[in-house]
Amino acid sequence: MQYKWTSRLIIGLTLTFLIGPFLIIVLAGLSAGEFMTFPPEGISLKWYLKVFTVDSFRASFALSMFLAVFGTIAALLLGVPAAYAISRYDIPFGETIKTIVAAPIIVPGIIVGLALLRYLVVPLNFTVTLALFLAHTALVLPYAVRVVSASLNNLRSDMEEAAVLLGCTRLGAFTRVVLPNIQGGVLAAFILGFVTSFNQVPVSLFLSGPGVRTLPIDMLSYMEITYDPSVAALSALLAFLSVIIVFVAEKFLGFSRYV
Amino acid sequence: MSDAYVSLQNLSLAYGSSIVVPELNIDIRKGELIALLGPSGCGKTTTMRAIAGLMTPHSGKITIDGVDVTRMPANKRGIGLVFQSYALFPHLTAFENAAFGLRLQKRPAAEIEERVTHWLATVDLAHLADRKPAEMSGGQQQRLSLARSLVMEPKVLLLDEPLSNLDARLRLEMRTELQRVQRDTGITMVFVTHDQAEALALADRIVLMKDGVIEQLGTPDELYNAPRTVFGADFFGFENIFEVAGRDLIGAKGKMPVAFGATARHMAWRPGAVSVGSGPWEGVVTGVAFAGEKREYVLDTDLGQIKAATDASEPAYQIGDVVPFGLPEATGFPISG
Repeated sequence: MQYKWTSRLIIGLTLTFLIGPFLIIVLAGLSAGEFMTFPPEGISLKWYLKVFTVDSFRASFALSMFLAVFGTIAALLLGVPAAYAISRYDIPFGETIKTIVAAPIIVPGIIVGLALLRYLVVPLNFTVTLALFLAHTALVLPYAVRVVSASLNNLRSDMEEAAVLLGCTRLGAFTRVVLPNIQGGVLAAFILGFVTSFNQVPVSLFLSGPGVRTLPIDMLSYMEITYDPSVAALSALLAFLSVIIVFVAEKFLGFSRYV
Repeated sequence: MSDAYVSLQNLSLAYGSSIVVPELNIDIRKGELIALLGPSGCGKTTTMRAIAGLMTPHSGKITIDGVDVTRMPANKRGIGLVFQSYALFPHLTAFENAAFGLRLQKRPAAEIEERVTHWLATVDLAHLADRKPAEMSGGQQQRLSLARSLVMEPKVLLLDEPLSNLDARLRLEMRTELQRVQRDTGITMVFVTHDQAEALALADRIVLMKDGVIEQLGTPDELYNAPRTVFGADFFGFENIFEVAGRDLIGAKGKMPVAFGATARHMAWRPGAVSVGSGPWEGVVTGVAFAGEKREYVLDTDLGQIKAATDASEPAYQIGDVVPFGLPEATGFPISG
């Protein structure tokens, strides 16, 4: 009996710790007052509506969307063949390559951002958008390789040999037999990459330039000037968006099988 | 040999620097059902993969119907392979699995429909055409894998351990199925197996392999009744094999004098050929197993362990009994190799 109450208490605390801040943000955004406070002063939807009227939010949301979608697609275009090569062919240093590819997950974003800025973007004079695109692609690549590798390892390679003996080329076997059977993993990698890219702060912080900011960076700088509840409202909206994406993915894909 | 349809000439196969098959020569006749038999690691699967084109020979030549295919890519050879794991495409229905090759060839829809339907019916799967492989039993998946290859009317059909994943009843069913298909189509078949009973039951000829070398090539009758090597004899159920030195038999534990003068290097007896209950020597029963028609004994003797079997109707012995036994010259088989 005592054990039961202890475990309930721990679960309760864990959930409070995880969901509490989210609830505070949602409520803070509902405030009728002029400043971000908790508990909110009155209830109003005006800050949630104001979010959609701020020009810089609109522009930075578009940029973040662009980076998340196309950065992830680029990462998959590189990552799927890489994962395939590592899992199917006896590539020299295959495991080492896998570890190196995973580096952006392990190395702190601040360092990645600074390194990219100092040694790539500045010397080669990249535009801000191109720099951000390349950085986001690199950041998502490890997820693409890992998740797709996992589904490839579950797929027996004799299936491809069977396809070849029925007349396929190796490439044909990949597109006709391998891809259809790993599409769940590829989609899971896409969602994971999308969310990772969209929420990315430290690297984008270094690479963002005048007038070109991702949404999280734009929110940071907005808060430096104005401390109204619209940032809380926007945060809540983004959190809902992430939850919906993951929920839909879990429902239709069994997302948690892949990550 | 002029009637060779598939011919392996001085074939050498290697993975990197490790040679699996040093030099192989096999001629397979058209319409023949041939078994590559041997324990795991004997090179039988590697040989099959080389015929299919899934691995490139180190040296030597493979010809099919007079055409040198040694360097021909696997997808141009027109060879079918039924994988041990079936290797069906999980995302496609049974019908689409079987139609896969024909769709690649861009055959007219009517022809695809007709050929696929025909072969699915032949392997008794017509009613499951819309099922995915995951919704089919092991036996059904196997037959689908067979149909998928046969739809292509291959010059040669290779089968990798075709019966090993099936239970006893399905095994008999599949065996009958394979023989029927072979009879009806006259297709040349090569199957790989480690199971001597399977090879004996199915094959026209058996290639017994060990360490990449052919131990013996012949009809099931020849391999079963007249093994040429100790390995072959052991593989086909001669469980008591002893070296012959002058008038002595040499076993693992010691030697015993025999009354006959054997000239072969080895003498071999099947369990049933050992006389139990009479004979010049004695052994202690250390194991008994009742196997229906037979009673199987393990005897501890001065030669070492001897495996014997008597008709179940004969008197039974218990563990610990001291039993007279003999290794008669008449029931023994001399092995020269």
